[in-house]
Amino acid sequence: MAKARFKEVPFTGAEAAAEAMRQINPDVVPVYPITPQTPIAQKFAQFVADGIVDSEMIRVESEHSAMSAAVGASAAGARAMTATSSAGLALMWEILGVASGSRFPIVMNVVNRALSAPINIHCDHADSMGTRDHSWIQIYCENAQEAYDNCILALKIAESVDLPVMIMQDGFITSHSVQNVRIYEDKAVKKFIGKRKLDKWLLNIDDPVTFGPLQLQDYNFETKYQQEIAMDDAKKAYLKIGKELSSLTGNRYPYIEEYRLKDADAVIIAMSSTAGTTKAVIDMMRKQGIKVGLVKPVLFRPFPYKEIGKALANAKYVAVLDRSFSFGANSPVYGEIMNSLYPLARKPGLQSYVFGIGGRDITEKDIENVFHDMLAGKITDKKKYISLRES
Amino acid sequence: MISKKKDTAKKIPIGGMITEAGSSARFRTGSWKSKRPVIDESRCIHCMACVQFCPENCILIKNGKRGDIDLDYCKGCGICANQCPVKCIDMIQESKFEEK
Repeated sequence: MAKARFKEVPFTGAEAAAEAMRQINPDVVPVYPITPQTPIAQKFAQFVADGIVDSEMIRVESEHSAMSAAVGASAAGARAMTATSSAGLALMWEILGVASGSRFPIVMNVVNRALSAPINIHCDHADSMGTRDHSWIQIYCENAQEAYDNCILALKIAESVDLPVMIMQDGFITSHSVQNVRIYEDKAVKKFIGKRKLDKWLLNIDDPVTFGPLQLQDYNFETKYQQEIAMDDAKKAYLKIGKELSSLTGNRYPYIEEYRLKDADAVIIAMSSTAGTTKAVIDMMRKQGIKVGLVKPVLFRPFPYKEIGKALANAKYVAVLDRSFSFGANSPVYGEIMNSLYPLARKPGLQSYVFGIGGRDITEKDIENVFHDMLAGKITDKKKYISLRES
Repeated sequence: MISKKKDTAKKIPIGGMITEAGSSARFRTGSWKSKRPVIDESRCIHCMACVQFCPENCILIKNGKRGDIDLDYCKGCGICANQCPVKCIDMIQESKFEEK
């Protein structure tokens, strides 16, 4: 595929996600407004009102209903997309498992926001991290461009392995701040997306099937194992389809982004918008001759253990920055990084940091301090907290 | 357990999908019941209330009159006995029939 033409426009992350949805033109979009996701639904509703898309937009009474309607639509053979945040994602919880367990390729934009209580509208990753074992493919985006590109990528991956995908962007930080986003021409995106290929679907009276039946001790294990295999397939599909999209956009879609990593003594692992801040700090410190680097996990489910282990093989110190807790356990990203390092013969020093809970700001200075602490060998087996008033 | 050795994860449809129409007929839900409806034929007025209300459609109709109960699918819920206007249906413990 030849490179697609594009126009560069100032878009928020939310607008970029809505723009990808416009180009995908899904058949059904059931959605319920919730901060900070609302501007995605709002912009898409405008497309519907203006007749720019053919989508049936269902104004449901809750997120539980939004995901239920997406499940029904997807079972009927439609392309179904939605968007949510925080409590909305939590309310979908039951139906998230129905979507993945029934193998419906629903695509959902998630704008990360803290979970209640106490109620908070700002960014942390408690919402999507809470759903990480729910058999949804998870892609975390650093900026508006990634939110746009990954939404298009997600749809094709979902339909190639029959698993739902959620694409995350940081609440307000990404969703509400304006950046230049390259929007590729409609024709090229639509050609890339193609049509949903269906083998069996609901309401096909010539070939009737049952979705969502009771399944007990005799079959359930096999069905759940199929989901595990589908995740393995998703890992392969992500690179393959990413390469196809790459020929269109010129951007790359790796499992992890490595930034000035090769000779780095101290490495920070950070996802989403914090990776962008970390890059700025790395550039600044590199100018001073300090060897620091970044690994940004993009694909979190399925998780690229081997690739991360390989990327960290030469690091002396690794700091993992988590924007959520797993109360009473290692934070989600830290736990996975620790798992990735286990097979290595020579393991780097590893330090867990928790930051940004409830939208607490993380500054360049904070990140610089983490690097300096790493390089001074300040490694503990306890969590450290960035900008927390502890005592 | 009605699974077969050949029904491996690689071979069965994904997501628990059932591709055979009407396969639920093979699932004998009647095996769950702890009580069985027994109709006093001398008092039944054939009003069909039990036929209408049976959630499993297992009270049959024969020659325009209420027929036998298909016990393979009767779960023993007792709705028929509850709805019967002349109270001619008794719910009897399954164990009573096992003893005989």
